Amino acid sequence: MTLAVETTDLKVQLRLADDDWFTACDLSALTPGRGVAALLPDGRQVALFRDRADRLYAVDNRDPFTGAAVLSRGLTGTHRNRPFVASPLLKQRFDLVSGECLDDEEVRVAAYEVRAA
Amino acid sequence: MTTAPGATPTIVLVGHGMVGQRFLEALAERGLTATHRVVVLCEEPRPAYDRVALTSYFSGRTAEDLSMTDMGFIEDHGIELYVGDPAETIDREARTVTARSGRVFAYDTLVLATGSYPFVPPVPNKDATGCFVYRTIEDLLAIEEYARTRATTGAVVGGGLLGLEAAGALKGLGLATHIVEFAPRLMPVQVDEGGGAALLRTIAGMGLSVHTGVGTQEIVTDASGTVTGMKLSDGSELPTDMVVFSAGVRPRDQLARDCGLTVGERGGITVDEQCRTVTDPHVFAIGECALAADGRVYGLVAPGYEQAQTAAATIASDEAAFVGADLSTKLKLLGVDVASFGDAHGTTADCLDVVYSDSRAGLYKKLVIGPDGTLLGGILVGDADAYGTLRALTGSVPPISPESLVLPAGADSGAQLGPSALPDEAIICSCHNVSKGAVRGAVTEHECTTVPEVKKCTKAGTGCGSCVKVLGQLVNAELEASGVEVDKGLCGCFAQTREELYEIVLALRITSYQELLDRYGREGARGGDGCETCKPAVGSIIASLAPAIGASGYVLDGEQAALQDTNDHFLANLQKNGSYSVVPRIPGGEIAPEKLIVIGEIARDFGLYTKITGGQRIDMFGARVEQLPLIWARLVDAGFESGHAYGKALRTVKSCVGSTWCRYGVQDSVRMAIDLELRYRGLRSPHKLKSAVSGCQRECAEAQSKDFGVIATVGGWNLYVGGNGGATPRHADLLAQDLSDAELVRLIDRFLMFYIRTADRLERTSVWLERIPGGLDHVRDVVVHDSLGICDDLEQLMRAHVSHYRDEWAETINDPERLARFVSFVNAPDTPDPVVAFVPERDQIKPDLPLLNIGLRPADDVLEGSAR
Ligand code: SRM
Ligand SMILES: Cc1cc2nc3c(=O)[nH]c(=O)nc-3n(C[C@H](O)[C@H](O)[C@H](O)COP(=O)(O)OP(=O)(O)OC[C@H]3O[C@@H](n4cnc5c(N)ncnc54)[C@H](O)[C@@H]3O)c2cc1C
Ligand code: SF4
Ligand code: FES
Repeated sequence: MTLAVETTDLKVQLRLADDDWFTACDLSALTPGRGVAALLPDGRQVALFRDRADRLYAVDNRDPFTGAAVLSRGLTGTHRNRPFVASPLLKQRFDLVSGECLDDEEVRVAAYEVRAA
Repeated sequence: MTTAPGATPTIVLVGHGMVGQRFLEALAERGLTATHRVVVLCEEPRPAYDRVALTSYFSGRTAEDLSMTDMGFIEDHGIELYVGDPAETIDREARTVTARSGRVFAYDTLVLATGSYPFVPPVPNKDATGCFVYRTIEDLLAIEEYARTRATTGAVVGGGLLGLEAAGALKGLGLATHIVEFAPRLMPVQVDEGGGAALLRTIAGMGLSVHTGVGTQEIVTDASGTVTGMKLSDGSELPTDMVVFSAGVRPRDQLARDCGLTVGERGGITVDEQCRTVTDPHVFAIGECALAADGRVYGLVAPGYEQAQTAAATIASDEAAFVGADLSTKLKLLGVDVASFGDAHGTTADCLDVVYSDSRAGLYKKLVIGPDGTLLGGILVGDADAYGTLRALTGSVPPISPESLVLPAGADSGAQLGPSALPDEAIICSCHNVSKGAVRGAVTEHECTTVPEVKKCTKAGTGCGSCVKVLGQLVNAELEASGVEVDKGLCGCFAQTREELYEIVLALRITSYQELLDRYGREGARGGDGCETCKPAVGSIIASLAPAIGASGYVLDGEQAALQDTNDHFLANLQKNGSYSVVPRIPGGEIAPEKLIVIGEIARDFGLYTKITGGQRIDMFGARVEQLPLIWARLVDAGFESGHAYGKALRTVKSCVGSTWCRYGVQDSVRMAIDLELRYRGLRSPHKLKSAVSGCQRECAEAQSKDFGVIATVGGWNLYVGGNGGATPRHADLLAQDLSDAELVRLIDRFLMFYIRTADRLERTSVWLERIPGGLDHVRDVVVHDSLGICDDLEQLMRAHVSHYRDEWAETINDPERLARFVSFVNAPDTPDPVVAFVPERDQIKPDLPLLNIGLRPADDVLEGSAR
């Protein structure tokens, strides 16, 4: 497995459980409105997003309804001022800040703190 | 083994059908499940399911979809449900029920809800191989299996409501279908002579053979005892491979007879108004097995539900009574509108009929009116749109004259009566007995704003579904009345329809989604990030107008990239495990051996699952994101292009072999199909577009089920539009005849561009054609006679599309920047997604689905990312 990260301008980093900031990619790798997936050291996957106001979000990449690791490939949007991503498989929406599923209150995905540094 | 009665009183329910399940819900609603032990004996191998919707299995609903039993409900209420274990005897003295398994249950209250069994007339060989009845999911599976493997012709005995449903199912299974009805007309119980005649014409017109006024005398079999035909009472013989008996039902009252409960002369367990058996106060009977206090056995679900409520209320010592119910019905299948309600046959003294009949159009409408003007009932054939409203008005004096109620809309003085005219007590949903007042309450008091919410809140519309249309009108009317403007907008971000957005984009040459959202979006949505509904819809509008408005035609350029669904984004189709499928274009379905070999080699080298699609081309499944460019590099190299299987765009133009080889062909259908596919490839539209070209009227390419279909004639081509396969099949309408090549192409250009301009998001041509005012005639006026003077524009737009077309995959693999997106992980581009894995099946691969359930998550971490 290669966890190579190029060194250019700003980095997208997320806070892991052990409080460490993990560098996932360059900020320039994120297109507003489109996600990317990153691999975490423990084998989990995270979906990273950037909105048009350049805010960053990170949630678990795995779609809890289907099990597939695809949330990074969903369309994003705003619902009642909450940023969300809609799973590309069965279209359930997840709040990008809290990880809550907007269509089923019993379901949530992990959400991470992110920053550009 | 005997289960002794404990301190808690026990209710035993025999039969877990639709009514049994409703009874359990009624027990729960009244809190009786908390105070009682509830035991359910269920004969069928599965808990209660929606028998009324049985036939929808053939249009794609699965046995699971039909289930009405939420196991959570059963468990939460501590109900003991014994599936596949019928009651065999009842000892009323000892108050016990013995089940087939040998279990014995003592009861304080026994409720029989054993339903009916299909009546099979006692004709010779009625049990031969190939004879069926139609009542349970098991019946249906057996019919399906036999029809698929052993039959090409089927006959249904009985032309009533259920017989026609069964016939529709056989026809749907591809059988040449006959209906044999003893009465002189179809649906004799529901419709009168005039209605029967209109119905007969429509059903015969759909290709079913109807034999009325004849009885079945004998089933004819071969030496092995397998059905080969039937002898009819007029002396003729009808050859058929299978027979489905649908000649009515009889109450299942044997269990009751055996234990000495009184049953009616013609069957049915005799009960009083509280649904208690007249013989034994500890025993109740509800649903189709009961002979109600009004002397009738009801074969419909709504009265059964009412009986279930009544029995539960009585057990709870509340007052309730079942005194009779209405027999309104609507045929759900076959694409024929037939409905009858109230006193359809006019049996009330001094009543009068108001009839409108148009045999040419297959229309028949009759209303039965009482001497004081009260609407008593009616029959609608051919157009039952008004059914919901009229049924609810039954028993009152309609606010407009009955004459104008039966006249078709648009005819002189023909008036449409909206549901707003109904009184609050009017029953909108007769399956669940929901009044108009209750529906209004759902909107005003419970703040429901959509039909699904109202359905959930009131249960209305969740039975046979025939009231859903009125429900929709009512919800909208109520919202409008309470000042909520009914939103026809595209989504939460745009108040405009797709058509309006198209006009804005075209007129103002807007090439950016963000600009459109910020200038024309709803107040709260401006400046935001839009949503998953409007992004692809606007992306598609911009793409189909790209050359005309000066936008980039490449769907993944700049901002466009962020608007596309994942399929368009990766130019491939996402599959359930996160892998993709790849479909190269094979125009007209014609492919040279060399290219076929290339596909084979690529699939082999990348280990892909291959399948011939229903669209005459080849799909390769199981590619990971990072493999897509490698696969396409080889495909492009061999001369393949994107097949747009992922896009709301032209899919395929199927062809038959045509005049080149076929002895019947009158034109070269393959060449035309290839020309059309190449002309319209890449055209983005509101929904996918499909086409086909047949070389003669035999129609081997199935052109009449396509958005635009072409059939060769000796003089040229006939163009059909608005056909659809899929969930709601529709035969295409003939738009123009005997066209030359050039005329054909010009008409299709205009037709497609007019559709793209005016259709709603995700609206196929079939639905669009039915929705737009004026329908086919209007479309013909616009695209053939140029009534709006826009044909030049439409042709111009299509010319621009054709000349700007470039293959998306060729453009992608030659551009490193565009290729950058095709990686599994931004920080580990060569590590494949570990959730995408495969296992072998029939010499190929299939997704490792169990892996999706476990993922890679440590076992102790159950909260995050785990939907139960
Ligand atoms: C691959 C294929 C099945 C096959 O193995 O044969 C297929 C597969 C899918 N069909 Fe289909 N349809 C396929 C031929 C058809 C046909 C037959 C035909 O085209 O002649 C029909 C009926 C004809 C029609 O469309 O009118 C058909 C009617 C549908 C529908 C229902 C459309 C409707 O208007 O009711 C959907 C759902 C939709 O589009 O909303 C659908 C949707 C789908 C989707 C996109 C479902 C999904 O979202 O995953 C499937 C994805 C394909 C993939 O991942 O590659 N598919 N689908 C066929 C691809 C044909 C091709 O070469 O492009
Ligand atoms: C194809 C089809 C279409 C229909 N369409 C409509 C429609 O459009 N509108 C409408 O109102 N009605 C319709 N009906 C009728 C409707 O399905 C019935 O009225 C309804 O199912 C009656 O419910 P029930 O619970 O009384 O009987 P059922 O649903 O038949 O349930 C009775 C259950 O009891 C079980 N049982 C019998 N004996 C025993 C025993 N000894 N021990 C344990 N279990 C036993 C049976 O196996 C069965 O599962 C349709 C029926 C069919 C078959
Ligand atoms: S549609 Fe006509 S020309 Fe084409 S294959 Fe069938 S019979 Fe032959
Ligand atoms: S009338 Fe059957 S669902 Fe409403």
